[in-house]
Amino acid sequence: MFIKQLSVFIENKDGRLAEITGIIANAGIDIRAISISDTTDFGILRLIVDKPEFAEKALKEAGLTVSLSNVIAVGIPDKKGGIAETLAAIADKDVSVEYMYEYIVPNSDHAYFIIRVADNEKAVAALQSHGCELLTEVK
Amino acid sequence: MENRIFNKEMECMSRKDLETLQLERLKALVDYCEKNSAFYAKRLAAAGVTADKIKCLSDIEYIPYTTKDDLRDTYPFGMLSVPMEKIVRVHASSGTTGNPTVVAYTREDMENWSEQVARLAMAAGATESTKVQICFGYGMFTGALGLHYGLEKIGATVIPTSSGNTEKQLKFMRDFQTDAIVATPSYCMYLAEAARGMADKYPMESYNLKYGILGSEGSTPEMRTEIENHWGNGFFCTDNYGMSELNGPGMSGECMYRDGLHINEDHFLCEIIDSNSLSVMDKGSTGELVVTNLTKRGLPILRYRTKDITNINYDACKCGRTSARMHKIIGRSDDMIKVRGVNVFPSQVESALIGINGISPNYLIVLRREGYSDSMEVRVELIDGSLLDRYGELVKLQKTIHDNIKNILGIEIKVSLVEPNSIERFTGKAKRVLDLRNENK
Ligand SMILES: [Zn+2]
Repeated sequence: MFIKQLSVFIENKDGRLAEITGIIANAGIDIRAISISDTTDFGILRLIVDKPEFAEKALKEAGLTVSLSNVIAVGIPDKKGGIAETLAAIADKDVSVEYMYEYIVPNSDHAYFIIRVADNEKAVAALQSHGCELLTEVK
Repeated sequence: MENRIFNKEMECMSRKDLETLQLERLKALVDYCEKNSAFYAKRLAAAGVTADKIKCLSDIEYIPYTTKDDLRDTYPFGMLSVPMEKIVRVHASSGTTGNPTVVAYTREDMENWSEQVARLAMAAGATESTKVQICFGYGMFTGALGLHYGLEKIGATVIPTSSGNTEKQLKFMRDFQTDAIVATPSYCMYLAEAARGMADKYPMESYNLKYGILGSEGSTPEMRTEIENHWGNGFFCTDNYGMSELNGPGMSGECMYRDGLHINEDHFLCEIIDSNSLSVMDKGSTGELVVTNLTKRGLPILRYRTKDITNINYDACKCGRTSARMHKIIGRSDDMIKVRGVNVFPSQVESALIGINGISPNYLIVLRREGYSDSMEVRVELIDGSLLDRYGELVKLQKTIHDNIKNILGIEIKVSLVEPNSIERFTGKAKRVLDLRNENK
């Protein structure tokens, strides 16, 4: 019920983001979604790619601190209030959302979101009973 | 652990008697140097010091300091005070730059040196029934042979395995049921890790190791705990201190209470000085250790600037010894930096980082001037990816590092987490401080 997300530790230095995405591109890996959370000093780059294990290896070989973890990729009907309804379904089960970002699936009428929650299992149950589509692989 | 004292007369002497003995020996040493050391005769004459001028211990302040450069400049034998036929041993310490420093011993010096080491080895737990493996490299370095002779003097069974060949070391340790080990803290830890790695074949219970007599490189209490836990079974280690210029190991060492290193004060007269003004500081102050080797004759050393920072506690110890105890070395005077008026040593930052998971041992201190005040930033490399899943974990790690360092230094600092391998590695001595305070903005 999950897909793999890469987290990469980066310092906030000029050009660092371009370098890291360059490493991924050179390894022939396709980035499908990207998000960055940061302070003034450092940031965590979150990535959804087509070959996550391969990307993890390439980044580690480049000397970066990387982790691979399970996140929820949920499809949200492209209608007014779709996001609010989906998040309410999770909130109703007292599961807090730590971060989320959009994930573009080519040729789809759904909007997809990557959601990182405090309790993955509980959130999955809530979303499934709400009738949401959950991705199990990168499309 | 049995608390035995090798030389009660000298180690438990009243302060008054000790100071009388020290003064007597100091006068004799100055007199000896005037008559036998070309190097010191010249230097003492220039300073106008003669043996009769020394009326009390503080008169030592008339004597100029000796530094490592003096030994280098007179390489190899310029500071010898006896003809070569009286010298029975020569050692040298490797110099990273320039000439090595050479030291030489008469038969009497060797006797004294063994006595000094015997005392601290017994304070560390060794007795005549101890089987001890010496895992220091033998050779020009004073560590191995110094401990070797001192332990033999006690009557311990010395096993000179020297350094390296870890599997052989561990085999002898099991087969001989070795009780004690002489090693650097890092090698002692390495051996424990190697022993644990083979635990399916040789369980940790097959070792009988009880004591570690560690030295030749500094260690923090945190490192010591880690080493002890790695060996397990009640393994107990103590630290000792010395340097080839002052014979070698044997100047001071910890007893079972590990509350400072007992100094062999009848042989070593210690002072604490301010490294900048070069004036002697009050008793109990923290500053650079200066040592006069009262009994050395082959190559006497007066007021040697060790460049090591410590303080000395003159209170009697619970173990019964009255000898003063020096604090574990806090840092090197060359490495000392002043931040907002506070003395800071990179080694303090290092000890604050030990035991924190997820970071590499590499770090860099960056000093800047902000307005009229200094700022200190500590850069630490994040190596554990598992903390990346939650942003809060990283913030928590940053706070733990910050609090640990701030508690030790007592000043506000900023911690930056940086990427692995982004701090420059040095093959020799690591550069730990980047001082940008005098840079133009
Ligand atoms: Zn003691």
